[in-house]
Amino acid sequence: MNASAVFKNRSLPYLLIAPQIAVTLAFFIWPAAMAVFQSLLREDPFGLATEFIGLANYVDVLEDPRYLDTVIRSCVLAVVVTAGAMATALVLATMADGVGRGSGVYKTLLIWPYAVAPALAGVLWFLIFNPSIGVVGRGLNRLGVVWNPALDGTQAFVLIVVAAAWKQISYNFVFFLAGLQTIPRAVIEAAAIDGAGPGRRFFTIVLPLLGPTTFFLLVVNLVYAFFETFAVIHATTRGGPNSATETLVFKVFNDGFVGLDLGGSAAQSVILMALVGGLTALQFHFLDRKGAR
Amino acid sequence: MVETRPFLALLRHLVLLAGAGVVLLPVWLAFVAASMSGGDMMNGELGLVPGSQFYANARTVLVDGLRSGGVPPVGLMMLNSLWMALAISIGKIAISLLSAFAIVYFRFPLRKLMFWMIFMTLMLPVEVRIVPTFKVVADFGLLDSTAGLALPLIASATATFLFRQFFLSVPPELAEAARIDGAGPMRFFVDILLPLSRTNIAAMFVILFIYGWNQYLWPLVATTGESHYTVVMGIQRMVAVPDAEPIWNIVMATALLGMLPPVLVVLAMQRLFVKGLVGGDK
Amino acid sequence: MKLLKTFAAVLLGSACFSAPALAATEIQWWHAMGGELGEKLNSIADGFNKQQSDYKVVPVYKGTYPETMTGAIAAFRAHQAPAIVQVFEVGTATMMAAKGAVYPVYKLMADTKQPFDPKAYLPAVTGYYTDSKGNMLSLPFNSSTPVMYVNKDAFKKAGLNPDQPPKTWPEMETAAKALQKAGTACGFTTGWPSWVQIENFSAWNNLPIGTKENGIAGLDTKLTINSPAHVKHIADLATWQKSKIFDYGGRASDAAPKFYSGECGMYMNTSAAYAGIKANVKFDFGVAPMPYAPDVTKEPQNSIIGGASLWVLNGRPTAEYEGVAKFFNYLSSPEVQADWHQFSGYLPITKAAYELTRRQGFYDKNPGTDVSIKEITNKAPTANSKGLRFGNFAQIRDIIEGELESVFAGKADAKTALDSAVERADKLLRSFEKANQG
Repeated sequence: MNASAVFKNRSLPYLLIAPQIAVTLAFFIWPAAMAVFQSLLREDPFGLATEFIGLANYVDVLEDPRYLDTVIRSCVLAVVVTAGAMATALVLATMADGVGRGSGVYKTLLIWPYAVAPALAGVLWFLIFNPSIGVVGRGLNRLGVVWNPALDGTQAFVLIVVAAAWKQISYNFVFFLAGLQTIPRAVIEAAAIDGAGPGRRFFTIVLPLLGPTTFFLLVVNLVYAFFETFAVIHATTRGGPNSATETLVFKVFNDGFVGLDLGGSAAQSVILMALVGGLTALQFHFLDRKGAR
Repeated sequence: MVETRPFLALLRHLVLLAGAGVVLLPVWLAFVAASMSGGDMMNGELGLVPGSQFYANARTVLVDGLRSGGVPPVGLMMLNSLWMALAISIGKIAISLLSAFAIVYFRFPLRKLMFWMIFMTLMLPVEVRIVPTFKVVADFGLLDSTAGLALPLIASATATFLFRQFFLSVPPELAEAARIDGAGPMRFFVDILLPLSRTNIAAMFVILFIYGWNQYLWPLVATTGESHYTVVMGIQRMVAVPDAEPIWNIVMATALLGMLPPVLVVLAMQRLFVKGLVGGDK
Repeated sequence: MKLLKTFAAVLLGSACFSAPALAATEIQWWHAMGGELGEKLNSIADGFNKQQSDYKVVPVYKGTYPETMTGAIAAFRAHQAPAIVQVFEVGTATMMAAKGAVYPVYKLMADTKQPFDPKAYLPAVTGYYTDSKGNMLSLPFNSSTPVMYVNKDAFKKAGLNPDQPPKTWPEMETAAKALQKAGTACGFTTGWPSWVQIENFSAWNNLPIGTKENGIAGLDTKLTINSPAHVKHIADLATWQKSKIFDYGGRASDAAPKFYSGECGMYMNTSAAYAGIKANVKFDFGVAPMPYAPDVTKEPQNSIIGGASLWVLNGRPTAEYEGVAKFFNYLSSPEVQADWHQFSGYLPITKAAYELTRRQGFYDKNPGTDVSIKEITNKAPTANSKGLRFGNFAQIRDIIEGELESVFAGKADAKTALDSAVERADKLLRSFEKANQG
């Protein structure tokens, strides 16, 4: 933090920061502490009988081979959604950057899905891919692909990826386009004069210059794919079939709120918090640098 | 000079049009579904061409209400969504401006600690702390209220962070001058800092409004009365009907209405929206 | 202008909606009935509210069955519980174990001195919700049992007699093949995979689902759904999945569009799917009993119920409970029950409602609507077909359905999957046993 001019006042700063701290304490720190506490207990759902069992919930969670599967699955989902949404957005942004004056129109056409709630995006794609009544689902079946996401885990997974990536393309597009537009024309032109074709220019000049934007988007997209896919999953496959679309976040919710395994769910919460802590630190480390540039 | 081969230009437009088409596809299909009668849809007659029932379905959704879908009329749900989105976005901006101001312009004990405490909130998306948060909100007696919908989501590390970055970029001379003129900190905040932050605030508002409008899980668990349903969670209620198939044409009509306000906000305030985004994360 | 008016109407409507009730004591009733059923449920509550002015029952739709139940439990922990909550049958063990949270119905009726005769209810239904001393703990509300719906038009096209649907599993295979030959893409599909193809398959063929009388006689129970008969049935389904004799369409009632759209000629699901089918299909359909396995039993036993019952939760002001008791009496009246039964396809929960429906000529006018009641009363229940009571069963059912999905998808064989289901379920049963000792 560089030193801005500083006002001197004993109580005012506390007053100013109080609302934020109050909300943080009440709705973040306190529930988080409760989760830690709960993770050490075995309780019946109604909370009528409680027993302290130490770290047994953690042991149960970590010893369950299905939990490891879920960890892997969540990572795969995050990576695939991120890669899909970013690659598509990069292609579209590069194209839009090249068309000159028309780019504004395309921008308008491409950015609005950002405003669509993930849950709604999920429901839309879910209907389209419904094997009995959806256009794409029926089309696939007619083409001889046995399309049944209610049974085929891979297909259900694809559905989640498509819905989640679809929504995120607009976000990445805006950033890539902004990034591309800051690249000085002269640099590109110089390369063109040197005889570099569009492909080579893209990989040797444009892409490296987009590095910071790309890295930033990578982190944001991974966080998005990790957490916000929850709504997509909950509104559509609910983790099925046979857990094929169950992510860590979905499992926390499902075990706690549906399965009523409060201790196990809390233990998973705590593990997840630690995990996300790392990602967040990374994101802010980067944001800090970017903001201070 | 960079090539201006017509072939390349054509290719660019084609790729972009295809992209725009794919992006638009689900919404178009939702519109088609929303324009069919329930029976036609269930009989597999859903195609790419809209039917003739859109007006009738929209009417059902808006005027007659959705008793058969298990949710209150869409108008009410939209109103609830609006309240929630406004409460969250305005609340987030207000408390973030204040705390960023405190962090940048004052030195006080525990400052660093509080700064980090605010950032820790990012680690705890509501999905992860859903069960204990529900309990806390219930203990405060805030279930089923607009306050209960908004408060747990109102702390904002990102907004605080961004305003902090912006304040840091404001020339320190301004504050210095204000101090020499004998203006107190609040005078400086209201008369100088806020006007300077106008665009940032507006950009932030667009992003946070969308964030608030699109909340899903929290309203789902925190509302027990239909009078507080929001439209995004209402869709889930309509899709997850037991022992029956969702009334898809009505669901889609509702979904379209539910996504309309935030989409309009993005389109109408495109410039601010992009600034809000690129200026920083959500 | 028109739009403005519409908007004003909407606003007004919403204002009315949120207007506070008058002096009447409000009774919250959380339920999981969406769609047409939810609408009917609202009108039932309305009927009660119009009949008297002291109480106002407010039905609140809380989403799926699991969500409704957990929502209520979470609310109970936060001291915000509704007076009445509809809990699906697999949550029964959890509710029964929660002695401090639940106000048993028999006790409620006695405390409030409301007339209450447990014998008026169908034993096949109440057996599920009665404790070992014969006390009714919750009020059955919507009970159903799986039946088989057939597309009569498709049957005719395939040269099959639409009034003689297949009675056994081998006949199912033959009929399905005939349907496929005549152009129907798939033979049959199913809703609620575990409930229909495991739990009711067991009861209907007189096979145990678990030890200790399916868990009713004790918490130290273990699932037995990996018996050879079960394995054979699931393996058959998996084989049939490949040729679309059977086509899996998802959990709960997600398979419905497969039947609605004519893709599958037969559809096994809850008797409560009747209303939805009637509203959505354009062909002539019929209702038949579930097929049985002739190599397991000579004739079918009886089916078990699903659906939900109404539990009363502790912690509300006393005044509300009298209203709840009165409301339960209203709900159990033959007129209300018969109306609900005829509308929804759920079973009539009282003998009087069944009699009334019969006298009204409903079954004659709507052939097939009495199939469900004939199934549950087919024979005197055995230890295998009284019902089931397993702790954590919502999760266990999730496990079973996950394992079934892996079999149908060809990723595991039936034996391995069912063994694994039993083993995984055992962990949950043991932890429930531990948490509820004493």
